[in-house]
Amino acid sequence: MAYKDAAARRARVLGAFKIRDGIFHGLTLAAALAVLIILGGVIISLIEGSLPAIRAFGFGFVYSSVWNPVTNQFGALAAIYGTLVTSAIAMLIAVPIGIGIGIFLTELCPEGLRRPIGIAVELLAGIPSIIYGIWGLFVFAPFLQQHIQPGLIAAFANVPILSSLFAGPPYGIGMLTAGFILAIMVLPFIAAISRDVFATVPAVLKEAGRGIGCTTWEAVRHIVVPYARVGVIGGVMLGLGRALGETMAVTFVIGNADAIPRSLLAPGTTISAAIANEFTEAVGDLYTSSLIELGLILFIITFFVLAIARFMLIRLERKAGKT
Amino acid sequence: MTVYASRRRSNFLWIGLCYASAAFGLGWLIIILATLLWCGGGGLSLAVFTQMTPPPDQGGGLLNAIVGSLIMTALGVAIGTPLGMFAGTYMAEYGRHTKLTFVVRFINDILLSAPSIVVGLFIYQVVVTRMGHFSGLAGAAALAVIVVPVVVRTTEDMLLLVPGPLREAASALGLPRSTVIRKVAYRAARAGLITGVLLAVARVSGETAPLLFTALNNQFFSADLNAPMASLPAIIFQFAMSPYKAWQSLAWSGALIITFAVLTLSIVARVLGARGSST
Repeated sequence: MAYKDAAARRARVLGAFKIRDGIFHGLTLAAALAVLIILGGVIISLIEGSLPAIRAFGFGFVYSSVWNPVTNQFGALAAIYGTLVTSAIAMLIAVPIGIGIGIFLTELCPEGLRRPIGIAVELLAGIPSIIYGIWGLFVFAPFLQQHIQPGLIAAFANVPILSSLFAGPPYGIGMLTAGFILAIMVLPFIAAISRDVFATVPAVLKEAGRGIGCTTWEAVRHIVVPYARVGVIGGVMLGLGRALGETMAVTFVIGNADAIPRSLLAPGTTISAAIANEFTEAVGDLYTSSLIELGLILFIITFFVLAIARFMLIRLERKAGKT
Repeated sequence: MTVYASRRRSNFLWIGLCYASAAFGLGWLIIILATLLWCGGGGLSLAVFTQMTPPPDQGGGLLNAIVGSLIMTALGVAIGTPLGMFAGTYMAEYGRHTKLTFVVRFINDILLSAPSIVVGLFIYQVVVTRMGHFSGLAGAAALAVIVVPVVVRTTEDMLLLVPGPLREAASALGLPRSTVIRKVAYRAARAGLITGVLLAVARVSGETAPLLFTALNNQFFSADLNAPMASLPAIIFQFAMSPYKAWQSLAWSGALIITFAVLTLSIVARVLGARGSST
């Protein structure tokens, strides 16, 4: 009898275990699915919000540069142009320097300094973008205006194409300044990933290179960089994704002019800056909807850039796992 | 001999450039921190923490903004953390090698660096237009969406670091899977999990873009989640862009407070994380 009792109790406890286990499993599964739902929600809500603008302007929204709230005519070209140009400037500066820092940290830095300097670079990545913005507006832009931009204008005055790129009065704020600030912001991301990627290069390969008489630079140039190429490209794309979507740092220094500027020194706008500046002031459905469509375009661009970045990094992980 | 000399020269040049780029990167960190201390430290006083944001060109503080930031950050992290932790748990424990995990990890990594202003637009569409007005609740929801991917990522990474034999030993005792995860895996990864939450707090506390059109802003003290709420970043944005000297000086003080808080959080997280991984 007691025997039977114990068996029943045992079955009951096991049953309770099973139920609790099932609940926990279901809960975690639901949370994992919620991540997908968030992404779906973002896409659906942006499309829903931009429907009025899509209906009104169709595909012309993308290549029209008119942005006129008074006549209710909206086009995204000026904002897209600003986003692409500022990001391009940022990458032009940040990629070589970021890779340089990565090489420094993995190949050149004394062992004892490696961790502190690595942490300092990561801290630079953690500083909120609004800090870069306020710093750019009050410190960096006036510095550029007084010391750098007049020099640029004078230096390129007689060079055919560059003279129009660097033309006009030095405002301080503008596309070039925004690109510089973005470069400083993106730099730590590229540096940190380059360091991680360079660290996966097997020491044997580098030693073999030194063994046949390579200088330090030749070992880096012909062994480390080719081996880590895919990962570095992934890191660069990740930085590009950041630069494209960055809002506050750019909004402070871009100058917010709703037209395509001829000169890099002139004020312009970017997608994110236009949304941040105008959204709460937007009157009327079409205006709001056009801003949301801008957001949709930004999300699509960054989604693809980031997806490519991840694919490259995943490929590198597989390679590192196999060897 | 000339070949050797030119190789030496190019080695010297390029390696020198690598050193220079490292100095360049660190230089910015020092310059930015120094300016922050210089410009923000001067205006820092007790009044900044005890008084409300003033009208233009009058003395005042940032109390309502600090309180608003604290409320929305706490609420955002409180909503986002359990969701992220459960999702990370699924990916590391139940579905380690499933297709779903692969897809979720991929999407999560994209959300991790997706533009935060888009998150603001999303919450505006979903919450603000439905409620009909801006609110602190919407701001917290936007921050929660940003918290989730950070916590998912660290939770998964940290649980994957927990050695399998620990779980096997617990299972051999007859513990059900959920108990093994909660009592063994979570405990072994505790330092790492806390690190993840701290990093999420650090990430969120400086976020401005998603708050601009969810929580909006508020010149007065308000702890009402159903009404627009002030936050430090939004106040900094407004004050820094204004032409008033007193407001600009408060913006610098606010910037110093945020940076100090974020840097402290990330350093504490790093110390905790380092201790967790060494034991």
